[in-house]
Amino acid sequence: MWQQLLLVMFIGQAPAPPAAAGDSCIKCHLEMGDALAAPIKLSAQDIHSQNGLTCTACHGGDPSRSAPEEAMNARQGFVGKPARKQIGLLCAKCHSRPDFMRKYNPQARVDQYSEYLTSVHGKKNQGGDQNAATCIDCHGAHGIRAPKDPNSPVYVTNVAATCGRCHSDAKLMSPYDIATNQQELYSKSVHGEALMKQRDLSAPTCNSCHGNHGATPPGVDAVANVCGQCHVTQWDLFNQSPHRKAFAENKWPACVTCHQNHEILRPTEAMIGGEEPATCVICHQEGSAGLRAAREMKQEIANLQARLTTADQVLERAQRAGMEVSGPIYQLAEGRNQLVLARVQVHRFDPATLKKTVSAGDVIAAASEQSGWKALQDLAYRRKGMAVSALILLGMIGLLLLKIRRLKN
Amino acid sequence: MRAATRSWFRGGSGMNGRISKCGDWLEERLGWRAVQQVIDHKAVPQHRHTIWYYFGGMTLFLFVVQVCTGIMLLLYYRPSAENAFESVQFIMTEVQFGWLVRSIHSWSANLMIAAAFVHMFSTLFLRAFRRPRELTWVTGALLLFLSLAFGFSGYLLPWNKLAFFATKVGTDIAGVVPLIGPFLLRFLRGGDEVTGATLTRFFGFHVAILPACATALVSLHVYLVQKHGMSTPLSVDPEATPKMKFVPDFLLRDLVGWLAAITLLAVLAAIFPWELGEKADPFAPAPAGIKPEWYFVFMFQTLKYIPSKILGMDGEIIGILFFGLLGLLLLVTPFVSPSGRPRGRSWLPIIGILAIAYIIVLSTFAYRT
Repeated sequence: MWQQLLLVMFIGQAPAPPAAAGDSCIKCHLEMGDALAAPIKLSAQDIHSQNGLTCTACHGGDPSRSAPEEAMNARQGFVGKPARKQIGLLCAKCHSRPDFMRKYNPQARVDQYSEYLTSVHGKKNQGGDQNAATCIDCHGAHGIRAPKDPNSPVYVTNVAATCGRCHSDAKLMSPYDIATNQQELYSKSVHGEALMKQRDLSAPTCNSCHGNHGATPPGVDAVANVCGQCHVTQWDLFNQSPHRKAFAENKWPACVTCHQNHEILRPTEAMIGGEEPATCVICHQEGSAGLRAAREMKQEIANLQARLTTADQVLERAQRAGMEVSGPIYQLAEGRNQLVLARVQVHRFDPATLKKTVSAGDVIAAASEQSGWKALQDLAYRRKGMAVSALILLGMIGLLLLKIRRLKN
Repeated sequence: MRAATRSWFRGGSGMNGRISKCGDWLEERLGWRAVQQVIDHKAVPQHRHTIWYYFGGMTLFLFVVQVCTGIMLLLYYRPSAENAFESVQFIMTEVQFGWLVRSIHSWSANLMIAAAFVHMFSTLFLRAFRRPRELTWVTGALLLFLSLAFGFSGYLLPWNKLAFFATKVGTDIAGVVPLIGPFLLRFLRGGDEVTGATLTRFFGFHVAILPACATALVSLHVYLVQKHGMSTPLSVDPEATPKMKFVPDFLLRDLVGWLAAITLLAVLAAIFPWELGEKADPFAPAPAGIKPEWYFVFMFQTLKYIPSKILGMDGEIIGILFFGLLGLLLLVTPFVSPSGRPRGRSWLPIIGILAIAYIIVLSTFAYRT
């Protein structure tokens, strides 16, 4: 605690003004080269430097003095390289001050440090664990970029790799007895594919579920709340389902029990039903009401999908033949929406509810298919009509040619 | 019944008498039998190039088809960005034989432009624009330009994605014309961008301004053809050439061609109905490989091949000026061509063949890439 107090006393007030022309920190560190010059070189891209903050803002000292012992005098507030335990507080001296941060970004959050102290990283760091992540491990020490900068290690597409730097390191993680394959599993997941391959920046990454500054694994009872932030309908349906009570009684984490946590694959119809690889068979016995319901729901969805596919094929045939069927094709899209809705309603685990949605989709599929067949019938009628008209016209041409011949003679 | 039929053909009193009286009544007031006399005396030279005479009549016939089907489409078409696509969709799906009328209108437009090109080139090769038929050529060339304008303005009217972007590209090209380009672009679009205002404007061009100009020019063109008669090629001795009567000999042959054209239109409409595509979305990206109608493709492809800078000048501007100059030369061909004079050199057919080859080669490149 006394260290924290000293730090705030010496460098805890307003940061120093922008670098003067004769900044001895820059001059000397550049002359020394290599690792000691690296922070200076990185400072060009550093958001703090770009906003006029200099070395002294974090490290203290007096850059107007050229002699090292005077410039880096502890009595002048020089703190040098802060201890890992102090880094959070060092950053917080500005980032926890609304009056200071408002100048740069009125919407900036100022609770990062207090959140950090609640995180697993923060607790271990404060407990003296030198491996526990602190601000610089994710954001960098020098050359810190804004999180919205695509080159920042905490930019949304870089977060998984940044977390993975430590969490994929088996040696580093061995004292904590936690898995090291999260990043690998996440990259295979539907979320990872959406973010990394499809560049969908709204797709979740590590901090979307675990939090960033307050990073902590969600507990068994909190998992559904985390997933439900985005998957609102599924969460709502699950809460109405008989599974909610059963999962709570057995202390099974909702969502994760069927979908996994990091390797959340794109769900398919194969996940539901009475046979492997359906997840229902993990808990439900053969002949149980639960398994019967699972089979029934799977069949209903499969039937709707088959009807939609048939309608689609008929309409595609008509469209390829040049018939105007954009209306029924548009209508069929609504049928597909019903299929999506039915898949979501599986989370209610009630075949009767699902059947209502499937029936609505069935009606649309049948109407679209009928429109497709009608278009194909129209096409056949048109072609017959064309053949008859062409024969009549060719007959008339023949008669005209006969007339011309007679006139010639 | 049998007696009545016989009297009709024999020209007895009954119905024939009434028709004759009616004709006399009209003759007294209109003098319409003068037209009959003109028709009776009109003759067409018969030689090995006579077949090219039919393409003028074919173009006119297809123009009439355009007018008739266009009027039918007008009954249902609604010229606004909100309703145009839906109204064409309605015509295609709900209106009895609407699909047929629209497909015939679209196919006939293409056949008409093809027939007009054939007519123009045959006239060029046969040097039929020789004195005193210079103005017949000029009116014909103007009618060809009008046909292209009909095609360009009509293409946008269904307000589908392809038409929207093709119009955007086409009007962009018009916009780089030196001096008048920016004005021309705003005049065509009714603003800076292709919007509902462009659609309304193009509709106005397509159904009012262009038809009015075309009707006047067609009338003048047909009058001039009638006044000067059919031109005989230089290689044919007009005195030694036999002639056929326009009615019924030539007209019956024309009718064969027109019936064949109707048959072709029916087959095309039934087997290859003209597609409607997707509704235009100004915020959607332009579809890949977008191309204008086939009769503009050779110009479009040329502009793609022209380097961006030629001697420090904008290549696109040079390309546009080049085609503008070609159009002007086409219009004044009878006045600048030595072939227009009886003893002139015959380099014009070579230019014509080169032009056809250029159009075919560039269009082929465009459709293969």
